[in-house]
Amino acid sequence: MNIQSFYTSFVPLYAVLVSLIAAPLIILSSKKRNLREFWTIAASLIKFGLVVSLVPNALLNKIAELSIVEISPGIELALKADPFGVFFALVASGLWIFTSFYSIGYVRGLKDHKQTRYFFYFAICLSSTIGVAFAANLLTFVVFYEILTIATYPLVIHKEDEKSIKAGRKYLAYTLTAGSLLIAATAVTYQITNNLDFKAGGIFENIVLSPNMAWILFLLFLGGVGVKASIMPLHSWLPTAMAAPTPVSALLHAVAVVKSGVFGVVRVVCFVFGPKLMYELGLNNILIVFAGFTIIVASLMALKQDNLKRRLAYSTISHLSYIVLGAGLLSSAAILGAIMHIAFHAVMKITLFFCAGAIYVNLHKENISELNGVGKVMPWTMGAFAVGSIGLTGIPPVNGFVSKWYIGLGALQANNLIALIILIISGLLNAAYFFPIVHRAFFRTGEGLEGKKEASPFVVVPLVITAILAVLLGICPDFLFDFYHLALRVVTNVFGGISL
Amino acid sequence: MISSNSAALTPLILLFMAVSIPIVALKKKQIAFFMVMIATSISVIISFYNIFRVLKVGTIHYHFGGWIPPIGIEYVLDPLSSFMCLVINVIALLVLIHSKKIVEMESKIKSVPYYALVLLMLCGFNGIILAGDLFNLYVFLEICSLSMYGLISVGEKQAPVAAFRYLIIGAVGSSFYLLGVGFLYITTGSLNMVDVRSIIPHLYNEPTIIVAISLMVIGFGIKMAVFPFHGWLPDAYTYAPTTSSALIAPTGTKIGAYAMLRILFFVFGVNYVSKTLHITDILAWLSAIGIIYGSIMAISQKEMKRMLAYSSVSQIGYIGLGIGLCNPMGLIGAVLHVMNHAIMKACLFLVAGNYRVKLGHSNIFKLSDNIRKKKPWTTAAFTVGALSMVGIPPTVGFFSKWYLVLGTIKNSSWVFLAVLLISSLLNAIYFFRVLEKVYLKPIRSTNLEELNMPENNKKDEVSSSALIPVLILAIALIVLGLLNTIIVKGIIEKMIPAGM
Amino acid sequence: MIDFFLGHYGYWFAILLMCLGLYGAIMKKNLIKKLIGIAIFQTSIIIFFVASSSKWGATVPIFDEKIGVANTAKYINPLPHTLMLTAIVVGVATMGVAFALVISIFQKYKTLDESVLLKRMKKDNDI
Repeated sequence: MNIQSFYTSFVPLYAVLVSLIAAPLIILSSKKRNLREFWTIAASLIKFGLVVSLVPNALLNKIAELSIVEISPGIELALKADPFGVFFALVASGLWIFTSFYSIGYVRGLKDHKQTRYFFYFAICLSSTIGVAFAANLLTFVVFYEILTIATYPLVIHKEDEKSIKAGRKYLAYTLTAGSLLIAATAVTYQITNNLDFKAGGIFENIVLSPNMAWILFLLFLGGVGVKASIMPLHSWLPTAMAAPTPVSALLHAVAVVKSGVFGVVRVVCFVFGPKLMYELGLNNILIVFAGFTIIVASLMALKQDNLKRRLAYSTISHLSYIVLGAGLLSSAAILGAIMHIAFHAVMKITLFFCAGAIYVNLHKENISELNGVGKVMPWTMGAFAVGSIGLTGIPPVNGFVSKWYIGLGALQANNLIALIILIISGLLNAAYFFPIVHRAFFRTGEGLEGKKEASPFVVVPLVITAILAVLLGICPDFLFDFYHLALRVVTNVFGGISL
Repeated sequence: MISSNSAALTPLILLFMAVSIPIVALKKKQIAFFMVMIATSISVIISFYNIFRVLKVGTIHYHFGGWIPPIGIEYVLDPLSSFMCLVINVIALLVLIHSKKIVEMESKIKSVPYYALVLLMLCGFNGIILAGDLFNLYVFLEICSLSMYGLISVGEKQAPVAAFRYLIIGAVGSSFYLLGVGFLYITTGSLNMVDVRSIIPHLYNEPTIIVAISLMVIGFGIKMAVFPFHGWLPDAYTYAPTTSSALIAPTGTKIGAYAMLRILFFVFGVNYVSKTLHITDILAWLSAIGIIYGSIMAISQKEMKRMLAYSSVSQIGYIGLGIGLCNPMGLIGAVLHVMNHAIMKACLFLVAGNYRVKLGHSNIFKLSDNIRKKKPWTTAAFTVGALSMVGIPPTVGFFSKWYLVLGTIKNSSWVFLAVLLISSLLNAIYFFRVLEKVYLKPIRSTNLEELNMPENNKKDEVSSSALIPVLILAIALIVLGLLNTIIVKGIIEKMIPAGM
Repeated sequence: MIDFFLGHYGYWFAILLMCLGLYGAIMKKNLIKKLIGIAIFQTSIIIFFVASSSKWGATVPIFDEKIGVANTAKYINPLPHTLMLTAIVVGVATMGVAFALVISIFQKYKTLDESVLLKRMKKDNDI
């Protein structure tokens, strides 16, 4: 079962292309709103279907691969649907469906401007995210990673006010710098190994690397993927970028952009350096130190934010570092937990962002201090919010518990008690910054809410579904999509076995 | 007959047409444009034919009048020269298609002599590229330089001054080259490049050779506008008429780069210039300074053409750096960047011209999103060009940067690596500044009714003759980016000189 | 040592001219004077080439009964001279273009002094 077999298939390419083809169609039908939205929905459904069709084979370690074109002598623009890629693609494309529906409700509810541009770049973003997921080698990864950077920019500045333009600049400054570092890291890797193909166990597995070189290279990589993964001190673009419309924040800053960052971290740890080399050279300690620091500090900073989206942003930063921490612990259970947290955090955080957006569309409120009594007006929304909060705090039966459990287990496996303590403290802090919101919403009386009702079904239905999904995944992590087994498959491939 | 003489045909046809235009088109001005089209189309076709023939049969030596070198004059068609010819002729064709309406409109240019000068310049370019002996190179260098002075001087009010300054510096540059040729001839007794190449290894210790090479490098450095010899460039490009700047910016400095490459590696020999004299190191350092200097100056410009001119200074640095690295990857990067920069600079200058035609200016601070609404396609092409400049995949700009980065790593020159990466970030700053202007609504006037006035949204795209070349160039940037390996493997790898 | 200087006086003269020309082209403020500098510079190169293939008592390389084929040292290499014919033509053309530019500059700015010119140009740029 541990032996990987490869077969050529166009499915990964189609999965990337679907939304890329939808993008011009969206522009062409800019005058007919319903047709335009139809393309978005159709593309998201087809994309999800294509990704799901790759799951059974990925579980059996039969990997679909396809090289499209040689983009540098000896390096191809190649896609490979390995279990990890499928896992991430599944998360991104699945949540795109919800976001599409939600976006339609959101932009129409706000009568937003330039809606066509919005959907256009959304589609391109998704294409590049799937590209990042399926990238078979580092250069392909870089290509899609950079496209993702650029395609997100118009979404960040969507509102076109001073604040969002500043946010856009900051975003570009951070991510383009990171992209440059990643290019440098890739080039150095190529110079050393002459091979950029991701390999479970690491490109450097059988290569002697001087410790100094390894450290420099690892720091370059970390700079490259760490910005999108918003490891402190590289995080500050993320709260600023919350100036974007809420669905953008939801999908891009909970799913696509930041997750491709942490996806990159795990790729680098498990598929470029390999756990063995990381452990021998002690490279993982950097990850643990930075991630631990980020988890605690970001949680503390979340506490003092009054703007709901900013609080969510800091919570995202902290939770992304859970994944980085998991990767840094280098034990099989920790990496299992880290990978699962990619999906589970995405489901929970998107729920929370959807809730924030629903409140904004319906009541035009952005600050937590104004949320008194909102739960009575918008019970579904705030109910979902409560579910998400419980999950992120790590209380069963919501799925956050599951991934956190494995990371904790991994910390024990790695004999790293500090990491465990960090996890526990962070859980408490999570509770401290989320539960007051729920408390305000349900147990205080607000003013000026007479006559207000629940937001439009386009907005509410997706967030309720994602909340339910979060609970179901918490009870049965394999529910519908085999997240647990996919993650397990990744870990077995990397470690050659698993001990839990 | 054509097949055996095809090597010499392009300069001759262009020269013939240049001379006959003033005679034929004396009465009917319109004929001039068609004659230019015919001449450039034929030279493009011949260039294509030549490149395929070179790839098939290898280097072609064409002896004028059947005289065998070193007595006779010869033209050499090797992969490098055939590739350069193709790039320059194709760019010239596209820019000249664009010139159809512009030349008549812009100021009071008399189109007939203007086109004659254009063809004369192209003749000079082709001659420099094909010339197999040093003195012919000088003559063609002067032919194209003199026509360039003329082409620049017909622009705005300040243009003659810019042209005059260029003339002074350019005349000094070509005189330096001629002096270098003199020293070389005194020492070797030959002017034929192949011949000199075979004689020179015995004379490596002669001081005259060192003097010759320094003079030649300074001469071409001036023509190429390598820092600190770039002083003439910004003014010349800014005040020249659109067609001139779009013709000269992509091709003029590349010719200098080509000659530099040809002389250093194919006349003096790789090991001599890199290991013994370290001239390539000096070139690389100067280029690196130029890259940063040009980018920083470009950021502070408010006139779009001047900004593009300073960015040319910086981009020439990329080519110089690639040559100076003196390893195969650096050379591939340099040659690919010659093509890439030719395409994107042509594209960007043509867009600046299109803006000027419609708005009467191309001042970045006066641009607004109206221009984008009126000219969506032109602006889209500008965006692609800008992204290629920044080096975002899948544009070809990313790949030339990639090869250069590989080259710097191969030499372990970390400073140059940093320069390349920093420069692409600086490029991002000055291009996104323009993109913000043309895509986003002005922040100050938030009066929505005023912005949504119907007449603002009406499309007012430039005429198709001005639009199609721009679009072709923009599409070429992406297509060639994805297919760059075909070019690199098929042609550029064959250019790598012996000893590298 | 003195022989070295005297023996190459043609070259020294050329170098002197070259420096003079370069000085004029760069340092002089008047555009015409700049051009004169360029002309001197180009001429110095011509002298350099010609000097490189001059010989006392030698003749054109056309077969001469009196000298004979064997005595090649009596013939002069004509190539530098012919090259310089081309270079002279190039120089004349450069001067032609340059004077055309100067005329055009004078018509537009009514001055040939570079410092005044730059001031007037700057005024144009500000508009």
